Amino acid sequence: MNLKRRHWRDRLMLGVLSAATLLVLIPLFIVIAYVVVQGIGALNGDFFTKELGSPARAQMGQETGLVHTILGTMVVDLLALLLAVPLGIGAGIMLSEYPDHRLNPLLRLLNDTLNGMPAILKGLLAFALIVKPMGTFSGFAGAVALAFVMLPIIARTTESALMIIPWSIREAGLALGLPRWRVVLSTIIPTARVGLITGILIAFARAAGEAAPLLFTSFGNNYLPSHWSGWLLGPVDTLPQRLYSLAISPYKQWHEMGWAAGIILLSMVIVAFVIGRLAWSGGRVAKR
Amino acid sequence: MEQAEARKTLVTRAPYGRRPEGQTAELREMGKVRMQARSLSVHYGTAVGVRDVTLPIYNQQITALIGPSGCGKTTFLRALNRMHDQTRGARVTGQALLDGEDIYAPKIDPVIIRRRVGMVFQKPTPFPTMSIYDNVVAGLKLVGIRNTALLDEVVERALHQAALWDEVKDRLRNPGGSLSGGQQQRLSIARALAVEPEVLLMDEPTSSLDPQSTMRIEELMAELKTQVTIVIVTHNMQQASRISDHTAFFYVGDLVEFNPTRKMFTNPDEDRTEDYITGRFG
Ligand SMILES: Nc1ncnc2c1ncn2[C@@H]1O[C@H](COP(=O)(O)OP(=O)(O)OP(=O)(O)O)[C@@H](O)[C@H]1O
Ligand SMILES: [Mg+2]
Repeated sequence: MNLKRRHWRDRLMLGVLSAATLLVLIPLFIVIAYVVVQGIGALNGDFFTKELGSPARAQMGQETGLVHTILGTMVVDLLALLLAVPLGIGAGIMLSEYPDHRLNPLLRLLNDTLNGMPAILKGLLAFALIVKPMGTFSGFAGAVALAFVMLPIIARTTESALMIIPWSIREAGLALGLPRWRVVLSTIIPTARVGLITGILIAFARAAGEAAPLLFTSFGNNYLPSHWSGWLLGPVDTLPQRLYSLAISPYKQWHEMGWAAGIILLSMVIVAFVIGRLAWSGGRVAKR
Repeated sequence: MEQAEARKTLVTRAPYGRRPEGQTAELREMGKVRMQARSLSVHYGTAVGVRDVTLPIYNQQITALIGPSGCGKTTFLRALNRMHDQTRGARVTGQALLDGEDIYAPKIDPVIIRRRVGMVFQKPTPFPTMSIYDNVVAGLKLVGIRNTALLDEVVERALHQAALWDEVKDRLRNPGGSLSGGQQQRLSIARALAVEPEVLLMDEPTSSLDPQSTMRIEELMAELKTQVTIVIVTHNMQQASRISDHTAFFYVGDLVEFNPTRKMFTNPDEDRTEDYITGRFG
């Protein structure tokens, strides 16, 4: 009878938890569904192949799209990852593996400061560091601003992913006569791989959605750059910033395109997380 | 032989726990001393791990460390390949000589010492996501040996030696973490053997193994003796008496007695040793 009651309580608990999960998921689905419904109409061939141009194009029904925005987002986000991943992982390794290093308090302070800094200030920082000296808004400046967003997230997740690896694994490597850095690179990092990838993806998802730091760094652009170097050295369009400017524009056609930009942004983040999940389950299978 | 035996007893009859500095000189004249602890102490913060241990490790012989749990066997063992460097709060004083050279001397690189003095830990420590194969050759691969034929050979030999080959030969690419506890321990042994250390420190290597594997590992140690100097920590008195040439008995941080194993188990100098060996305490 006791057993029966326990069984019943178990079922009740499961029910409550499922209901709570559903409650969290429902608003998420509503948001996604709403964005899709509003924007799906603008997702045509032109959307993926044409540049935006002036508002007149959309109003007159001429060809217009966001190809320059989608490409620009990829360039800026990837460049930001390129900058933030090595630095962030390096900082995480320093914090976790060399806790007694004398530069570590400074590193931790920097990282915590960056972590607590509002995104728009990071844009300002990149503005001061890159845009001012270069004399122009640029995709590169945008990437630096986003790297500032990613950096502390990657550093922190790396640190905690490395910290949960038992100390004995490091000792096992050292006892084989491997130098400390070798142990970290060849045994600790592969063991923590899944945690590192997850951290990078969280950082990516966070940064990919940020419009504020891009407003005065990559700035935005209605056209494709005329030369390939324009992706890095000239103003570049990105999805969150474009979404924002489409949304505040007075043109109804642009509003719809803004929703469509939202769909693309959402899918980008979702795809990133699916990849991350796959890597995660891959790691789990390997551990078993 | 008799003479050597006599010399050993001469050296070992002295109370080993706390030897005055001057008396340790005679130990080095042994000729066959491979490693030598001299007034070696390890402190954890203010607590004592082992205190003032002076003890020879004879070349190509097996030295067993015995004593009740917490008496400092692991602590002493780790001092012999500078593993304490990595332990926060641990402080080593005194000397540990390897071929007459103090491994704690400032100019000595601990990485080189650990390459020469290998270690098998009390708990199995495979690299969990690395394959069984890569686990075995980790020490070799990571110092730049890439010749696959050579690596294949090393893997097979080391796994054979560690009595694991037959169980894993068809799944060398599976992760090391996928093995059972006892298999992981044998994998750790294989990994330590693969780098061919001169001295091998083994901390209760068979405590998680079944009698069959234990026997194989003991046979392995007997075989390896011709090439490797072995120091083994064990709680198994039979094992110590079966396989070791010398035995050191530790008690709460002190080395109580060090003697040839035969003497230790038949006619120990110290009452405490006898009490422990016969199971009267500990
Ligand atoms: N990292 C550490 N920090 C603080 N104290 C420690 C540490 N490692 C060991 N000690 C202490 O040092 C003493 C000796 O420990 P050690 O591990 O050497 O014992 P042992 O003889 O190997 O025991 P067992 O047979 O249980 O493995 C114990 O009192 C233990 O609590
Ligand atoms: Mg121990």
